[in-house]
Amino acid sequence: MSETRIDRRFKALKAEGRAAFVTYVMAGDPNYETALEIVKGLPAAGADVIEVGLPFTDPMADGPAIQKAGLRALASGTTLKKTLKLISEFRTSDDETPVVLMGYYNPIYSYGVDQFLIDAKAAGVDGLIVVDLPSEEDKELCLPARDAGLNFIRLATPTTDDKRLPKVLANSSGFLYYVSIAGTTGAAAPSPRDVANALTRIRKTTDLPIAVGFGLRTGEQAAEIAKIAEGAVVGTALVEQVALGSNDKDAVERVLGLAREISAGIRSVKKT
Amino acid sequence: MSKLNSYRTGPDETGHFGIFGGQFVAETLMPLILELDKAYEASKEDPEFAKELSGLLKNFVGRESPLYFAERLTEHYGGAKIYLKREDLNHTGAHKINNCMGQILLARRMGKKRIIAETGAGQHGVATATVAARFGLDCAIYMGETDIERQKPNVFRMKLLGAEVVPVKSGARTLKDAMNEALRDWVTNVEDTFYIIGTVAGPHPYPELVRDFQCVIGDETRRQIMAAEGRLPDTLLACIGGGSNAMGLFHPFLDDEKVEIIGVEAAGHGIDTDKHAASLKGGRPGVLHGNRTYLLQDDDGQILEAHSISAGLDYPGIGPEHSWLNDVGRVKYVNATDAEALEAFQLCCKLEGIIPALESAHALAYLEKLAPGLPKDHLIVVNLSGRGDKDIFTVADALGVEL
Repeated sequence: MSETRIDRRFKALKAEGRAAFVTYVMAGDPNYETALEIVKGLPAAGADVIEVGLPFTDPMADGPAIQKAGLRALASGTTLKKTLKLISEFRTSDDETPVVLMGYYNPIYSYGVDQFLIDAKAAGVDGLIVVDLPSEEDKELCLPARDAGLNFIRLATPTTDDKRLPKVLANSSGFLYYVSIAGTTGAAAPSPRDVANALTRIRKTTDLPIAVGFGLRTGEQAAEIAKIAEGAVVGTALVEQVALGSNDKDAVERVLGLAREISAGIRSVKKT
Repeated sequence: MSKLNSYRTGPDETGHFGIFGGQFVAETLMPLILELDKAYEASKEDPEFAKELSGLLKNFVGRESPLYFAERLTEHYGGAKIYLKREDLNHTGAHKINNCMGQILLARRMGKKRIIAETGAGQHGVATATVAARFGLDCAIYMGETDIERQKPNVFRMKLLGAEVVPVKSGARTLKDAMNEALRDWVTNVEDTFYIIGTVAGPHPYPELVRDFQCVIGDETRRQIMAAEGRLPDTLLACIGGGSNAMGLFHPFLDDEKVEIIGVEAAGHGIDTDKHAASLKGGRPGVLHGNRTYLLQDDDGQILEAHSISAGLDYPGIGPEHSWLNDVGRVKYVNATDAEALEAFQLCCKLEGIIPALESAHALAYLEKLAPGLPKDHLIVVNLSGRGDKDIFTVADALGVEL
């Protein structure tokens, strides 16, 4: 498949000698306008890749913070259609920052896979992370997405052993998302040493950039990960700032403020 | 659609029944699910496993359960001859234990130390807590707060059996939410924990293995009706939430073309309202909890809350094999409302001296539409999947009686 914004971004960062700051925020949380402000503000706050969460009623791999964010988004009337609209509005001001749509399969299946891929591509989506589509279900969306020129980004976890890893990586592209702990989003932070060992193991099988997530909350933690991975993913901590905001404006400032702090941590790590 | 040689060969090697089923779970769980599949396949080849299971089913569960001629219900409707398959007489009071016993033996073989389960009515939770106690394994049961409120006796039973009952506060706080939370526990404790799913749903191989463990119901029924009547039944009737009691009764008869098979979904306040649990008649195919199946969902693919007076049927999905049997037309799926189930519940108490579970009362409710018009030699077997002691508070409340 041809090069995507994701490929270009990781290539550029490699040349620059630093890791990517991968952010996750939920579409439509707490409402469309505020979420759009947040997404528009993220690149200037240091985000290198933006994962936009697609809300779902039954997020079985998410912890309480992202569950609640999803419910806030659904309560504000967020649908898949509106999520794509948000991304296309973002694209009017930013044609460089990669956007990854992350969520669960049913809203996409309900929308219709073929139509979804056309509309997602048109909106400016670069990649997909669909939590409940393991490689066993590649025919559903992974292969059609690849054919449509979208990166299908796979999760690898501590339970993904050497024997299984090639299967997980087979049709994935863009980057590999290493879930650093067995658990739901927002759980305890991983030990950097365990992560380093896992990455050494995974690199024997792939040349894809690896972004590490689950449990990262601070600039310091992200910097630790930036030393050993091509990217650090922060989601729950950002999403929690939306909940803490006293009003929409405050929510935007809180999210972007934390993003700047974490970005500074990641940028402090220079790689040769 | 061309006629199939057999309706009993599913799922295929990828865990699909037609388009239904599959393995739609997070990567963290996939290695474990594949390991479970391997362990299950190995157990099927092992005569020791079958021997251990059948010994426990006989001496601990109390099988076989009677196939009982319901003389007074038969007289009441004045048509077909009605038999009840008495799963309510099993230890713990429902069919759920058949499956739990099979799964806990698998858990032991896989060296797992901790058991988790979701529960709606509490029957599966009680059965799981029971087998966990029997084998000395730690046990956590996820149960929605709404269900904890309406099924207090079962909550206390589980606690007596040494299980931790974890209240689930998300969503409508019923079975769907309990399943989400159990899956989150499993993702977190994947190394030492075995998830005993209570119905013929979830990622492959669960729909298959739960079905196989429940097929003892249909296998016994076959022998028993042959002994009593010298022939197979004309009609099978069972209630369906996820559909494990129904699948257990139906599956051994799927290739007997002359046997009419009917599943009864919960219509709540009516399937033309937004308060029902009839996934097949009121839903469309989607993906949830590890499988593709018929689901109650909105236009955006968001899952809707189900409603049924029966906590065990209060689920917006259904097992994938039922979805397939519906689409290929082998099983007919109908429904019964809360009010119809309540009527049938009371009728069964008064005429047969049996307090049925509200779940099973949905199957009984369909007798009124089915039995009267049929000849007296038409044999109907109804799966009386559980007993109704747990439901007396709900029923009293619905009838305006204060206990």
